[in-house]
Amino acid sequence: MTTTTVDEAPFIEPEASAPRNYLNDEYGVLSWLLTRDHKRIAVLYAFSVTLFFVVGGIMAFLMRLELLTPEGDLFTSDTYNKLFTLHGIVMIFFFLIPAIPAVLGNFILPIMLGAKDLAFPKLNLLSWYIYMIGGTFGVYVIIAGGVDTGWTFYTPFSTQYSNTHVFAVTLGAFITGFSSILTGLNFLVTIHRMRAPGLTWFRLPLFVWSIYATSVVIMLATPVLAITLALLMIERVLHVGIFDPALGGDPVLYQHMFWFYSHPAVYIMILPGMAVISECVAAFTRKKIFGYKFVAFSSLAIAFLGFLVWAHHLFVAGISIYSALIFSFLSMIVAVPSAIKVFNWTATLYKASVSWQTPMLYVLGFIGLFTIGGVTGLFLGALGVDVHVHDSYFVVAHFHYIMVGGTIMAYLAGIHYWWPKMTGRMYPEWWARLSALLVFVGFNLTFFPQFLVGYVGMPRRYHAYAPEFQVLNVLSTAGATVLAAGYLLPMIYLAWSLKFGRKAGPNPWGAVGLEWATTSPPPKENFHETPVVSWEAYDYPAFLKAMKETQHG
Amino acid sequence: MAHSADHADHVGHAPAHHQAPLVMYFAVFFGLMIFTVLTVVASRYDLGNLNTPIALAIAVIKATLVILWFMHVIHSPRMTWIVVISSFLWLGVLFVLTFSDYLSRGWNIY
Amino acid sequence: MANPTLHHLQHPGELEEEARAHHHPFLQHHFEDLGQQHEASTLGMWFFVAQEILFFGGVFCAYAVYRVMYPEAWSAGAHHQNWRIGLVNTIVLIGSSLTMALAVWAAQGGKRKLTTLMLVLTLLLGGIFVGVKGFEYREHIHEGLFPGASFTYVHHENPALTPAIQLFMVFYFTMTGLHALHMIIGAGLLLWFIKRAWRGDFGPEYYSPVEIMGLYWHFVDIVWIFLFPLLYLIH
Repeated sequence: MTTTTVDEAPFIEPEASAPRNYLNDEYGVLSWLLTRDHKRIAVLYAFSVTLFFVVGGIMAFLMRLELLTPEGDLFTSDTYNKLFTLHGIVMIFFFLIPAIPAVLGNFILPIMLGAKDLAFPKLNLLSWYIYMIGGTFGVYVIIAGGVDTGWTFYTPFSTQYSNTHVFAVTLGAFITGFSSILTGLNFLVTIHRMRAPGLTWFRLPLFVWSIYATSVVIMLATPVLAITLALLMIERVLHVGIFDPALGGDPVLYQHMFWFYSHPAVYIMILPGMAVISECVAAFTRKKIFGYKFVAFSSLAIAFLGFLVWAHHLFVAGISIYSALIFSFLSMIVAVPSAIKVFNWTATLYKASVSWQTPMLYVLGFIGLFTIGGVTGLFLGALGVDVHVHDSYFVVAHFHYIMVGGTIMAYLAGIHYWWPKMTGRMYPEWWARLSALLVFVGFNLTFFPQFLVGYVGMPRRYHAYAPEFQVLNVLSTAGATVLAAGYLLPMIYLAWSLKFGRKAGPNPWGAVGLEWATTSPPPKENFHETPVVSWEAYDYPAFLKAMKETQHG
Repeated sequence: MAHSADHADHVGHAPAHHQAPLVMYFAVFFGLMIFTVLTVVASRYDLGNLNTPIALAIAVIKATLVILWFMHVIHSPRMTWIVVISSFLWLGVLFVLTFSDYLSRGWNIY
Repeated sequence: MANPTLHHLQHPGELEEEARAHHHPFLQHHFEDLGQQHEASTLGMWFFVAQEILFFGGVFCAYAVYRVMYPEAWSAGAHHQNWRIGLVNTIVLIGSSLTMALAVWAAQGGKRKLTTLMLVLTLLLGGIFVGVKGFEYREHIHEGLFPGASFTYVHHENPALTPAIQLFMVFYFTMTGLHALHMIIGAGLLLWFIKRAWRGDFGPEYYSPVEIMGLYWHFVDIVWIFLFPLLYLIH
């Protein structure tokens, strides 16, 4: 048995010159802006989400600068309020929610299924335009002076008292929600109706199962956000009391409706991350994921259970304690399927021969950091504990461990894993590993102190704090600088690799999956012939055999 | 949401088209009219706490008629049933858990 | 085909040949055949309807919370609606659902003129509905019942209920307004479909656009089936 290096599979040679592929198929700006090709749409999204990531990141960095000193000396409190609000809005609505589904999902999902495109290509393009329109509102709001309500837009401050551009930004979020819904719809129909011959449900890559679960959550949760924001806009414009207690409304009702979406939204953000992790673990251990069915069903379980826990965000808002008890109990349960995934990925690593390429470094970071984030989520879900740490930096650290230590690391893992497929080029491994290290170190230095400082009482959303918290805040800001460098480097070397990177063959990692059975980059119609699937998920010998047969048969 | 290994491959065939008999549509329409009149009549009488449940029950019956026959769900694949039922189930989650707060606010068990 | 997977392993490329051979003008290139396209578009519309159920469902939930909180104001608000007009509109809308369903039936049977006629009737009935709604809105505005700065109505029997009655009117206008918006969008789509039906686009092989238009229209009808008792018929 030959040992296979990850740089080449034994039978597929890198092609000498780039044949016709989706990138060089047509030229011109309009061929990109009016494309129906899911791969080009994914690239459009990649540019947009990166842009918003930079905007959101700048806001974070400005906040961390302010927090170097205990006094609120860099910005006024109003400005600081706007910074954390916009950081949250931009990062959540314009980066985290679209990123993995709309970039990696759009590009890879149809190819993984052996399809020529998504079910509704024109709708896919429309999704991108809707997203850009919503994003334009976001940019307008930033330029016009910002919003200071927090990304949660709690009433009645947002509807009656704030003097900032609440209407415009909620309209932007409302519009962007439809982009998300249409993408989810497209994915669901594609997975149900466009799988290649032989690709039964339990032969699907686990990436597909998680994206499927994400799409279910998107379809059922996002419309509730839409109606909630619509009611908020109505109240803002008409000055009526839907959620204003002075006029007979209940601000807690707003919170119930808002979090009915926003809690499942965090699963919209993490499930695609888990999707990438499953693929990378399988690829870099050359093994079938341990407990495939458990991992598949746990995606669905997370999607379902994630809808039952939202009021753990309202524990101290004034809901009844009996209701709080129910939600606290349910919050404990939702951790179980996530834990199952972590156990199964770890079990896959056990006694595996692991290749420590860059994607795998990010994967390892994800598994550790997501676990910390998840466990601290359990602390927060315990009603008694939450009463003390609610609205403190403990909460901030918790969700950043999941969203940054989890989702963003998974996004980077996926970008590096599928980079050769999407661009036909390899990224420079040494620089990529360095960046991964910087990200990991920078991330922990930024956010671990926030657990400590939050636990001892530093409130979130404040730009001034008690002097005894300064040391930990300085460490956190130092970490943010390292983290920023870690994010900046990939932008540079990935761009560099487009022209100078080593050309990649169809399957540089020697992984299993239909996306590795076509050229890098793929042709416009993904496959020259409709593939037929005869191998089980992650069945390396069967896949390699089938590839050999297609090669020489 | 369990899935079996059906329809993994898609071999060419014409759209499955079950054309319902024409009279069915008129029968459903007639039923809808009856229930519409019924709901108006029921609302004219004071039935105490029963007014709202009766009105909702009639609305549910009418909606069911539309869904099953006008929207052809009765002849639709299993997936359609799953989608319809799931969406109402999720709505149920929103209602039940939200009301779990509102209805228990006045309690003082301990 | 006894074993499709094996068959296609032995005859690679056959699916492509089939697709190329029977190329219907409305078959989109990324689908294998019209059957797959029909299944995909129908399933897609059902997913869309599902998210619409959650969209309207959200405001129904808020309505329900406040109805439990302010039962008398909700009752007073409903008494300000003209149930006779609501009843007529309900009959009109359900009638339009019938004509829409008949349009799908006609399209399935390849009856070009009947399909077009049924779609036109659906549009007409929908237009009557929206027109009547507009008349109702105008009346409410004249009575000072439009929420916000122009809300001048005072509930004389019990003035304390007035703020909650305004809240009822917020829900009335929001829910019926969103519903009317969906109807207007539906009307626009119907215009386009009338053109396509008259052109003869639809037949037994390809009628899914009419079917999914029907799904959308019936859903909008179902929303009204709930709105009517909840906004007009509270005792």
